[in-house]
Parts: sequence; C-alpha cells; structure tokens
Amino acid sequence: MLTVFLGGLLIYCSFEFPLWGDPNSPASTHVSPYYIENTLEDTSVPNIVTAVLADYRGYDTMFETVVIFTAGIACIFLLRTFKTVDPDIRLYRHIPTGITLRIEKGGKFPEDSSHFERLDTVWIPYGLIVKTTCRLVIPFIQIFALYVIAHGHYSPGGGFQGGVIMGASLVLYAIAFDLRSAIRRVSERLITLLCTLGVFIYAGTGILCMLFEKNYLDYSALANIFGVDPVSARSHGILIVEIGVGIVVMAVMVILYYILASAGKHDEGL
Amino acid sequence: MIWQIELIILAIVIICSISALAVKDLLSAAILFGAYSFMMCLLWAIMGAVDVAFTEASVGAGISTVLFVAAVFQTSRRSKD
Amino acid sequence: MMADGAIEILISRINYWVYIALMMIGLYGIIIKKNIMKKIIGVSILQTAVILFFVSIGAKRDATIPIIVHTHDSGRTAIRAADFINPLPHVLMLTAIVVAVATLGVALSLIIKIYREYNTLEEDEILPQLRENKL
Repeated sequence: MLTVFLGGLLIYCSFEFPLWGDPNSPASTHVSPYYIENTLEDTSVPNIVTAVLADYRGYDTMFETVVIFTAGIACIFLLRTFKTVDPDIRLYRHIPTGITLRIEKGGKFPEDSSHFERLDTVWIPYGLIVKTTCRLVIPFIQIFALYVIAHGHYSPGGGFQGGVIMGASLVLYAIAFDLRSAIRRVSERLITLLCTLGVFIYAGTGILCMLFEKNYLDYSALANIFGVDPVSARSHGILIVEIGVGIVVMAVMVILYYILASAGKHDEGL
Repeated sequence: MIWQIELIILAIVIICSISALAVKDLLSAAILFGAYSFMMCLLWAIMGAVDVAFTEASVGAGISTVLFVAAVFQTSRRSKD
Repeated sequence: MMADGAIEILISRINYWVYIALMMIGLYGIIIKKNIMKKIIGVSILQTAVILFFVSIGAKRDATIPIIVHTHDSGRTAIRAADFINPLPHVLMLTAIVVAVATLGVALSLIIKIYREYNTLEEDEILPQLRENKL
C-alpha cells in the first residue's frame, strides 16, 4: 500500500526530470565541466574519476576509508569469541588411503604429520582438483590486483577495486583449503595491523601535507619531498593514497570472511 | 542496437530481483542476488560508467555473494516465506 | 493528437519508471517479508537501484567514457566538456557501493547473533519471544 503510494509519487515527479542523455541537464553544467577540462593540467592523471576521487574530493574518500575500517571493527566486536572449547569429536583423514578416522573424546589425536589431515565437523571430500587449480591461480589473481591498483591512473580501477580483488584471493585460499590453514598463513594479528596501517597511510599523507604549511590533503606540498613540480607531485600523492585505501579494503574483506564463516570462533569454516 | 540490449538487461534485472525475494530457499536467494549484481554491472558498463561497473563486479558479484553464502551456512537454509 | 503526445512522454520517461519500479520492489521486500534474510536482500536491492538511478543521470548522448586518451605529443587538443560523460556521479556512487558492502557485513553478523539467541530467523517467531522475555 505504502509502496504503491510512494511509487505513484515518484512517477509524478519523474516528469520533471531531464531527458536521458541531455548535455544541458543541471547535473552536468555546474561543477563537472571544470573537472573534465582541468584534470589533465592540474594533476596529469588521465582517469578523471580517480583524480576527482582522490584529489579533488579526497576528504570524502578519507572518511569512507574510516567507515570501512569501523565496519570491520564492529564485526569483530559483535561476533568474535575467544573462549576455545575444543570439540569432543575430531575427524582425521589418512591421505594415502583416503580413510576418515573419527576420534572420540579421550583418544589420542595424531600429530601434525603429512599423512593425516584434520577435517571440519561437516565432512568434505578430498578435492585435489580444486586445491591444485587454486594453488596455480591465486598468485596471478594477486598480481592482477596489484596491477589494478597501480594502473588506476590510466585505466578504470584504482584503490578500491584492487583491494577487493586482493582480499578475494585470500578468501579463495580459505575456501579451497581449510580455514585453519588460511589463518595460519595470514594470522588475525597481521590482518588487523594491516587494517590500521592503511588508515594511517591515508591520514598521514594529509598531515604530511600540512607540515609544509599547505592545506590538509593538498598534495602539491609533496613537491618539496620528491623534488618534482607540483603537477607530478599531485599524481604521486594520488598513488600513495590509493595504496592506503587498497590495504584497508583488503584487510576488511578478509576480516569479514573469517568472522562470518566461523561465527567468530575461527576454528572451522566453509 | 544499444537500446535493445539495455531493455533486455533491464528485464532480466527486474525478474532476478523479484525472484530473489520470492524463493523459499535462502541459498538460491543468495545466488540470484549475485546474478542481479552482475546484471547491474553490465548495465553500468553500457551506460559508460566503467569505474562503477568494475567496483560492482568485484564487490557485488564476488565478495557480497560469498558473505551471504557464509551467513546462510551458519544459520538455517529454509525460510517460511 | 493528445494520445501522440502522451505516448511520446511515455517512451522518453520509461527508463526512470523502471528504476522507480526497482526501488519499490526493494522497499516491498523490506516491509512485507517476514524472514530477516529476505529483508536484508531487499535493503541491498534498494541500495543498488538508487545507485543505478544516480549513475543514469550522468549519461550524455554521443559522449565517451571519462578517461582522457593521453598522447605523448606536445600538442594537447582542447578538451571539451561535452565530449565526456559526467564523472561526478561516478565518484559519489563509488563511495556508496563500498559503504553498502561494509554495512552488509555488519548486518550479516547481526543476523548470526540473532540466530544464536532465538534459534530462528522468522520475525513472527522472534517477536512473541521478545514480548514474553520483556514481561
């Protein structure tokens, strides 16, 4: 009922909207011609969206980074439990023969040897194809993610997209193999440290610009450090800031997956 | 040529969204939501917003679907409506 | 003649009506559905529909994507603003998409906590339990 009324109201308003693709619509005539015409001279970055995002509207992007960081921290506060209650029953698989052992409470657990691997409580088959394929593909995904971050000046991409792809490669590792082995490689402490490091890189660049008596996040102050003209200094400043954003986004994606897949306990997962 | 493709993709988007809300199996709803995200990404690529399409492809059709499936795995899979 | 004008108006505005229909589908999902997971899917549909509407405002006829093709010759031709699609909605909606996925993560953690407490995800089973806990 409410939806029909709201829909009718919006359709009535839609007669006032500009036609599709009109170059003279109010959205395209006030500020954006300035951005389009002056980006190449001011910052020498051909990708207008990256330049506006990280340089002209860099303050918004900084707070957006803080919002993503806060969401990761909120997830940790909501769900993470630290009391380890070992389950009574553990499953082990003998790799050469493929037999699954089920060890009750009071039995002796086999040590970490190369013949036994520990399964989760929900039995999963031994996926050799999945494991080998993922082992081959994951380094290329990470190289592609680094390429997207670094090439954000000249092609669509930038910090967010590269960070998400990098986080997705770690999530792929956690899905194909165990959650436990993924946590062993990239531990929780390392990921939260990376998360805060990314925010500090972004905010720190702004404060660094302030030390040279310019405004906060005005990258032409970096020309004194690098020894180049202010136009290239803005381009380098955008790159540093994008790296910071990429690190934060990658860490938060991995944190979210670790917490949601194991409901906070970090012992077994998908 | 262009507006025919856009019309077809818009129709698929609306069908995906209605069915993602109407199925009773939550895992199917998560997968349909992933398909809806990917069709949105194609729409934006047609309109010329390549950065937005890149972000939506990586975030919506990648991470968002994985998080949904992980949450469905931790809670129940059936729903009553 | 009135019918001709009406059909012309219909065809030119139909894309806005489709976006509005998508927003209303999302809103319907939030209000009417009783399962909490479906409500969250409705929230996500509403978010992406609003982002679609905003991005469609920035489109221009016969214009190309907002990346300036950068030749290394010395002559730099004048860049006319009417040749490029408006990049400002793209920037704002990039922020919106990433914030949407962050809030989705927090919402899913809340769902897992609710499930742990009440052992169900249907709203009409949770509300009576809440009422009798309050008494």
